[in-house]
Amino acid sequence: MKTSSFRKRPLKTIAQYLILIIAALIILYPIWSAFNISMMSDSEMGSYPPLQFPSAIRLDNIRRALTQAPLPRYLLNSIIQSLLVMMGQLITASLAAYAFAFIDFKWRNFFFLLFLSTMMIPWEATIIPNYLFIKKIGWTDTFQGLAVPFMATGFGTFLLRQFFLKIPRDLKDAATIDGCSSFRFLITIVLPLARPALGTLAVYSFLQTYNQYLWPLLVTNNPSMRTVQIGIALLQDEERLMINIIMAGVIFILIPTLTLFVVSNRQLIRGLTAGAVKG
Amino acid sequence: MPQSQMQNILSASRTQTGFSNTAGKRKRAIKNFLEAMLYLSPALILFIAFVFIPLIRSFQISAYITDPIGRLAKFVGLLNYQRLFETPNFINSLKKSFIFVLYNVPTTIAISLGLALLGDLRLKGIPFFRMVFSVAIAISGATASLMFKYIYHPTVGINYLLSLVGIPNIPWLVSSNTALISVALTSVWLQIGMNTVIILAAMQTIPEELYESAMIDGANAWNKFVHITLPMLSSTFFFLLVVNTLASFQTFTPIHIMTSGGPLESTNLLVYSIYREFYFNGKFGFAAAQSIMLFFIMLILTIFQFVFLERKVHYE
Repeated sequence: MKTSSFRKRPLKTIAQYLILIIAALIILYPIWSAFNISMMSDSEMGSYPPLQFPSAIRLDNIRRALTQAPLPRYLLNSIIQSLLVMMGQLITASLAAYAFAFIDFKWRNFFFLLFLSTMMIPWEATIIPNYLFIKKIGWTDTFQGLAVPFMATGFGTFLLRQFFLKIPRDLKDAATIDGCSSFRFLITIVLPLARPALGTLAVYSFLQTYNQYLWPLLVTNNPSMRTVQIGIALLQDEERLMINIIMAGVIFILIPTLTLFVVSNRQLIRGLTAGAVKG
Repeated sequence: MPQSQMQNILSASRTQTGFSNTAGKRKRAIKNFLEAMLYLSPALILFIAFVFIPLIRSFQISAYITDPIGRLAKFVGLLNYQRLFETPNFINSLKKSFIFVLYNVPTTIAISLGLALLGDLRLKGIPFFRMVFSVAIAISGATASLMFKYIYHPTVGINYLLSLVGIPNIPWLVSSNTALISVALTSVWLQIGMNTVIILAAMQTIPEELYESAMIDGANAWNKFVHITLPMLSSTFFFLLVVNTLASFQTFTPIHIMTSGGPLESTNLLVYSIYREFYFNGKFGFAAAQSIMLFFIMLILTIFQFVFLERKVHYE
């Protein structure tokens, strides 16, 4: 079928590939140009008309960027923060979703709506009191200050509850008769069955946290606690730095995420869409 | 007599078990409630500490003038809100934020639909193109903003390439006429990855038989697109509309990195304005009033979209 489409309608197929390639080039242009600029020497940066390609593959700029800012340390900080938030959300959301899916209790609907309502409250509406609170309890420049406020999730609880509801209730009754405590039931039966939903939540919360900008900007002042997004943005405040050095920094932090994206593309896409699209 | 006695005993025991049943039920209800609370408490405590109390505190702070480090100094009632509408800044931010949403959301969804249709073609190498189309998922707002800032750079940026194909110099971030569009372009580029992936995934759930029977009825590609694909995707579009609108309203990173709200306040979107008022100007009360306005605007927008648009959505 794949080759026959070309044999049947060669012009149409060529046109389709042409459009695909043009679209791909436009989308890749920003990354492509950042790669090129990151390898240009200072004198190449000054030429006009501007060069589109560097004359050689130069990794020197990355070394210069790293002497300006401890980017590996920033990366590590971001990964620690994202892992903490991810673990926190997985734990709090599976516990809460378990209660909503498997326990009949008074005011269950009220509590469920309360959890859902947190999705309607934009983070910016609470950011000033949160900032003052974190400052007051001395959590600025700490990992708990970066991570703890995000460890509960209305979206994640909802996602897991929907998944838990598909697990037959008989399974719980059988487990109870066998003397299995409800917590053990959650750990040994529900969570292994819910692995796809847990995967979605894990990917989603990690990416969301890794991309955070405003909150780490507010609660970190100490350079050793900066996350990578803030660290890379502050590179441009160093006045002596030329654009090629800044782009080298950008490329340095892009390479690990892009590699991860290419290697785990299928699982990532499946994980991300499982929550957004039903069916 | 013994029979009636027996009956008495029976009925007594019956009522007794009835009694113990309701008592047992109540006991079980209490036990269930306590157990559920145990499971809910980690999330609940975090929500109370970092969502519900801060929301109430935001309302409270917005009714005060504070000292420069955020301690409540003087109760002023609705004065901060009154000031919002008297100073041109807030009105400007509000206007710019709405324009930004209008630039951003329809463009993002339209381009993503186009890319999803391309990614749905049955051709060799399509998985590669799908991956390219969704590449922005792997790129953070901060790195994208930096990359675009230098694409817009007057000397090393894209202007020279554009001039080769006859497009005159565009002032991008330098002019107040084009800065907001330039920022919107960046955030469109950032968002089409995720949007395309979601639309593509939704397309896979459209049953193949619909297309087959349409083909038998002699429908061409355009007919199929308008009468099958679009209606079947309407719930996805609705979801994307709500999510993208809210996200656009909360845009901060590209503004902070690319324009700092300028030139001439032309990109001073709401969240940036809030940040600047409390973090730099120390006007916590004034900023809190803005954040409360943001809260209500987003609430109204979402309710509006649900009330007026959701009816038109086709669910399977």
